[in-house]
Amino acid sequence: MRFVDEYRDAGTARALSARIAELCEPGRAYAFMEVCGGHTHTIYKHGLEDHLPPAVSLVHGPGCPVCVIPMGRVDDAMHIARQDDVIMTSFGDMMRVPGSHGSFFDANAEGTDIRMVYSPLDSLKIARANPDRQVVFMAIGFETTTPSTALTVRRAAAEGLTNFSIFCNHITIVPALRAILDSPDVRIDGFVGPGHVSTVIGCRPYDFIPRDYGRPLVVSGFEPLDILQSIHKLLRQLRDRRCEVENQYTRVVAAEGNPVALAVIDEVLEPRPDFEWRGLGRIPWSAMRVRERYAAFDAERIFAPPGARVEDPKACQCGEVLTGVIKPWECKVFGTGCTPETPIGACMVSPEGACAAYYNFGRARHRATEPAKEMSRA
Amino acid sequence: MTAAKVAAGRSESGVLDRVEAARRRRPKLRDTHITSAHGAGGKATATLIDAVFLEGLRNPLLEPLEDAAVFTVDGTRLALTTDSFVVTPLFFPGGDIGDLAVNGTVNDLAVAGARPLHLACAVILEEGMAVDDLRRIVASMARAATDAGVSIVTGDTKVVQRGRADGCYVTTTGIGLVPADVRLGAARARPGDAVLVTGPIGDHGITVLLARGELDISADLSSDTAPLAELTSRLLEAVGAPADGPGVRAMRDATRGGVATILNEVATAAGVGVIVDEDAVPVRPTVRGACELLGLDPLYVACEGRMVVIVAPEVAEAALAALRSHPLGADTAVIGRIADDPPGMVLLNTAFGGTRIVDLLVGDPLPRIC
Repeated sequence: MRFVDEYRDAGTARALSARIAELCEPGRAYAFMEVCGGHTHTIYKHGLEDHLPPAVSLVHGPGCPVCVIPMGRVDDAMHIARQDDVIMTSFGDMMRVPGSHGSFFDANAEGTDIRMVYSPLDSLKIARANPDRQVVFMAIGFETTTPSTALTVRRAAAEGLTNFSIFCNHITIVPALRAILDSPDVRIDGFVGPGHVSTVIGCRPYDFIPRDYGRPLVVSGFEPLDILQSIHKLLRQLRDRRCEVENQYTRVVAAEGNPVALAVIDEVLEPRPDFEWRGLGRIPWSAMRVRERYAAFDAERIFAPPGARVEDPKACQCGEVLTGVIKPWECKVFGTGCTPETPIGACMVSPEGACAAYYNFGRARHRATEPAKEMSRA
Repeated sequence: MTAAKVAAGRSESGVLDRVEAARRRRPKLRDTHITSAHGAGGKATATLIDAVFLEGLRNPLLEPLEDAAVFTVDGTRLALTTDSFVVTPLFFPGGDIGDLAVNGTVNDLAVAGARPLHLACAVILEEGMAVDDLRRIVASMARAATDAGVSIVTGDTKVVQRGRADGCYVTTTGIGLVPADVRLGAARARPGDAVLVTGPIGDHGITVLLARGELDISADLSSDTAPLAELTSRLLEAVGAPADGPGVRAMRDATRGGVATILNEVATAAGVGVIVDEDAVPVRPTVRGACELLGLDPLYVACEGRMVVIVAPEVAEAALAALRSHPLGADTAVIGRIADDPPGMVLLNTAFGGTRIVDLLVGDPLPRIC
């Protein structure tokens, strides 16, 4: 398939893999954090680590939007969904994320009407088709999905819809990266930087990472060869004693981002002084809320959910996984207490979550059979 | 990495061995209510069947949980199966709920090695459904039955209030004759066996998904719904399925849960590893494209006219030739092999040159955000 297969070619991967191995200094180990859940998914789905030398390890970052939604926000969403005549709409990833009393699927089994949509515009269609019901879109995601939410609100306002609102949980990547870099446990030599987020915000917001924290960052695409090439670029910077923001994903990401998308976000949403991230705790100015001007479309103002803070389950080490302090398998409950069937933490739910990706795709890596090895090492 | 953080004695392989041990334990049903995941054909479905149905109805014929039960009456081996159909929309490119219901039950008999004889059909109709729609569905059932060489010999009709059913639900039950010398079952797979799939996968699932019209994606694609009894009998005539010696070991139609689910069932039932080469799995570009856009994996998407065949290595070539000689098996491909390691697991050699697991899903595949 054109525009896909070119980025998944095993021959090119092997060539790149050899060049990556050449760049590793003998006796040195490298740990790179891939920031996005989309990267984590690609790495496991294609078995990318089979192309990396033992000296290079990948650390999974906080960029899985579903994984960092705290249980309290899930509970708030269900509170809204339980109101009379409410239809809640949500991206599919969100449906199985546990709140303190089960997931959206469980809530539906008990009578709520929470529907899966592919786009916030689909929620708008549902609102038009159900004028006697309140349709609420569970808005989540980093800057990648924020513009489409903002556009949807603007369109709803233009159409004069009075039965549509959003429950805004949009978050921003830069404060999360700063929180990770400030954590005393951090052991990361460089970042495979966000791709789709950067299509919106551009590359400049990451300048503080090489400048203040001395770590290189390469903005990367989501195909497996994109990620291998980004790792190659990181190693080349380290070898050349350079430390800068590079853009591997030039076919999509412009240095200045997308000013139109940024303007739409700014028109509809504003930064929240404070937001809780699952596993990372409260991070100031790390999320967005609806501006006063669009208050009529803000589910938090309309339904006033309780906003109770819910502690993460004690056994759960999502925070350490999300900051790359431990690998998924190092979590005390990984694969035994916490599985995709009975997830304790959201990292085990989303296909982009580090634990789910490792559990579903990566578990057999240490015991790959002979034919598999022949293929990957040939 | 961060070895100091890990409790003494915990290694990655140690943890993974414990995980495998946990996976082999019988899953507990923790849910207090039915959710959509219980109907998706993955782990949640398996857990529900085990904890509620198998627990309540346990008997030796039910226990293997094959597509059909095979038993002997007065020296004649019979296969019995049943299946319910709840597709939305009722009509989709390439078929409708009528031929789907006939083919689905015919195929469950066929992959048990049976020659389908007769079908029973029960319909639940929703108040307000157009009689013309029902006529179309029944006409399509009649055509499918003729094509499959079966008759629908008994049935039942019920009507429920508006809003209590999606237009109509159909249940079909089928009975078939199994030749005396045919022995099939997922547990019969042995290391060295070849794994075949009889054509491009995922056509039905993607067709129906797009036919719902919720995604604003259109594609030139139709369901692969088809009766497989001729194909299976041609295969069995060519290479047989003897109790001892080389032949077909198992056949499964890859419906709900797709090829990945079937392969996991084989791995678990036989205690073997299944190694699949991603490059070798036939997928139409349209299906691949739609899956890429929607964040789905074609390995988990339903087919209604494709089966997975496990066959002894000695007769793999002959089986391939027999399947390819029939129009419904013309694109049959060898997609992998059975290995002794890792037991109970499906491994995929990716086209990118890596390796990963192909596990059972919990419920329906969930589309990704970005």
